[in-house]
Amino acid sequence: MEISASSRQILAGLLESRTGQQIGIGRRWRVDAALAPIARDGGFTDVDELVKRIASGQAPALAEKVLEALLNNETYFYRDKLPFDLLFAEPLKRIEAARMKERRLSIWSVGCSTGQELYSIAMSLAEQATRWRGWTIDLVGTDISRTATERARAGRYSQFEVQRGLPVLQMVRWFEEEGAGQWRIAQPIRDMVRFENRGIADRPPMPGMFDIILCRNVLLYFADSMKRLAYTRLADAIRPEGALMLGAGETVIGQTDRFVSDPDSRGLYRPAPGAEARRVA
Amino acid sequence: MKTCLVVDDSKVIRKVARHILETLDFTVEEAEDGRAALDHCTGSGMPDVVLLDWNMPVMSGMEFLRALRRVEGGDAPKVVFCTTENDIAHIRAAIEAGADEYVMKPFDRETLHSKLQIVGAA
Repeated sequence: MEISASSRQILAGLLESRTGQQIGIGRRWRVDAALAPIARDGGFTDVDELVKRIASGQAPALAEKVLEALLNNETYFYRDKLPFDLLFAEPLKRIEAARMKERRLSIWSVGCSTGQELYSIAMSLAEQATRWRGWTIDLVGTDISRTATERARAGRYSQFEVQRGLPVLQMVRWFEEEGAGQWRIAQPIRDMVRFENRGIADRPPMPGMFDIILCRNVLLYFADSMKRLAYTRLADAIRPEGALMLGAGETVIGQTDRFVSDPDSRGLYRPAPGAEARRVA
Repeated sequence: MKTCLVVDDSKVIRKVARHILETLDFTVEEAEDGRAALDHCTGSGMPDVVLLDWNMPVMSGMEFLRALRRVEGGDAPKVVFCTTENDIAHIRAAIEAGADEYVMKPFDRETLHSKLQIVGAA
């Protein structure tokens, strides 16, 4: 049964006030699918009853559970593949040259969900061990979903998750079979990454330090005002020669003046000239 | 349009795979065991991809793969195992025998699509 318009409004308000995310038209179908099992498990007659209970303010734990279910945690290893090929070509070479003196590379996966994006990068860097020997590499993932970041930290994936997007050779090399359809990413790769439970509106984890920021398929869920704040946070986090990657079909054009298109790498963005001065000010 | 030969003794799996592959713009051919698949490859021409079950009567997926890689032109098709043999030992054995990718059953459209992209067929 489809949920009522008033329930939908309550849920949209809850999601936006707590995370800044909106329930767009394309995402509406997920609401019913995501909440029906919670309503059933909680003994509610339908999702509307569940929403009424949340709206009463008497069930914070239930509200948290609903909120987690509303967040879109869709991700997989090497998602869309092409962006990873792109990143590991010219932009990484350029950043490597710029950072040769400090020998430090810092990458931030924003809205990292269950961690597959950051682990994909970690595996690729681990496969270039000679190139990065002697470097300090910071791989940081953040997400507003506590459940997702806990799962990312654990590095455990179901059979479905482990094979989606991940070449079998890498699976064999970097994953351990735990039985019952569970696979865990190996300790050396887990040791390379760090996951934090924080939203895009929060202060960046390492201000001004990131060479590469991946913020793919995250900002499309936000209202314009929240997007502006998010771009400010990203600009505050990135180094002047850094690279920002958005999702396919996402662009900074018309959204912010803190980033500009990278003329050398289609689909990547650089901090706008003067962005650093603004940050210091 | 690329061609995929689905080799599985289960009619249901062949039907499901055909449905998914056709939505991914593949021309689909079917064989119910390794022997029939090998006859198909040597008789009707090599497909671009073989989606291959492991346990089948007459000739297993592994026997088919070893035989395929020995025949002329048999190194060309990308071979993606698609099986319930989901442990690391089987996966390693398949790679050593010349498999290009591995799908653990049960599978869905996204998994299959991503594996076909990895082997450069989709």
